[in-house]
Amino acid sequence: MTELIIPAIVSCVIAFLIVYLTTPPLIKFLQKQNYTVLDVNKKESVMIPRPGGPSIIAGILVSEVVLYAFFQMNEILAIMITSFIAFVIGYVDDRKVMGGWFKPIALAIAATPIIFLGAYDSDLAFPLFGEVQIPILYFAIIIFLIPITGNTINSIDVLNGVSSGFMTIASFSLSIALFILQNYEMAIISLPLGMVSLAFYKFHKIPSKIFPGDSGALTLGAMYGAIAIVGQVEIIAAVAILPAVINSFLFLASMKKIVEHRQIKGKPVEHTEDFKLKATDDKTAPITLVRIILAGGPMSEKQIGFHIFKLSIFSGILAIITAILMGVSL
Amino acid sequence: MIGLFGFLFAMWILILIGGGIVVTILGPISITGFGDLNWIISSIIKGGIAVSLVIIWIFILLKIKNWIFTKEIKT
Repeated sequence: MTELIIPAIVSCVIAFLIVYLTTPPLIKFLQKQNYTVLDVNKKESVMIPRPGGPSIIAGILVSEVVLYAFFQMNEILAIMITSFIAFVIGYVDDRKVMGGWFKPIALAIAATPIIFLGAYDSDLAFPLFGEVQIPILYFAIIIFLIPITGNTINSIDVLNGVSSGFMTIASFSLSIALFILQNYEMAIISLPLGMVSLAFYKFHKIPSKIFPGDSGALTLGAMYGAIAIVGQVEIIAAVAILPAVINSFLFLASMKKIVEHRQIKGKPVEHTEDFKLKATDDKTAPITLVRIILAGGPMSEKQIGFHIFKLSIFSGILAIITAILMGVSL
Repeated sequence: MIGLFGFLFAMWILILIGGGIVVTILGPISITGFGDLNWIISSIIKGGIAVSLVIIWIFILLKIKNWIFTKEIKT
């Protein structure tokens, strides 16, 4: 156990510092290249640099390479390659708006390194009831899980700081769950995701200095999904991101099809005169988590973000309880 | 907001129950009498049941969502 402390500390420090130190120059570079987008939730016309994905993937890759030097596990390679492919897919989407089906299909390809490297176990573990062997069905789970986690995290990247803050809470919850399950190596391998998210949150929190873009959000989501598979904590991982799952569920239930968010005409939220956000009355607009939160009345962007974090902490606690229940058998 | 916490909790309970069904019903299914095709047929049956369970899960969630948020809007 003590031999794991050094890799844990080193990888965490490296993950945090790389994002923390590379993001400011990335912001300057993006501003110089005029790679900026309008922050639609600000009264003034503020242009925000995008994407922050390059600093996020740099933090992930370097810290995981360091961990690979310590552990030489195929699981680390699978996480790195999957995250990198997701980053490339997101970067393509950042530069050129692709269709609604592009990301789910391309992210399914990002899941294949997990299969080819054999970095999975086809037993699916459930709390209270034990494991079930589903060798063929599990391939489908791998192929579906990466697109689901990638797009789910991407879909909550709607307000300043929300996706990075949400991922910080969810990924640390997952790391705690892995420690509870005594899967110490995987717990340490998962820690850089939380550190990278935390470091990026420093620049992404309201008022944002940079947006992660699809390259950032898909990288975080795909890495999260990859950790869930190789760490054999698929159910716990799903519980930890339930608020984002609700968001996707509400969206799909109202739109009844997969559609790129930029192609939607009706907006789920509007602005009041003092530029708070309020739920729209437009029946063609999708139902989202933010729209449901705003059903009680207008709120500032910061207040909504705070509500989402409260929901995230609640689901993180449920994920940790789920991990504890994994050790209980009925 | 309380409705959202309730919805989250309901989803969690559904996951636990779904896990129970998968492990106790889906897991033990095994087919014999088809030789080398046994594992393929049992996998198809398991896959079919799993997809059905997901559809039922989504249907229940939709009902819970409507119930919770309609109640919340009324209050």
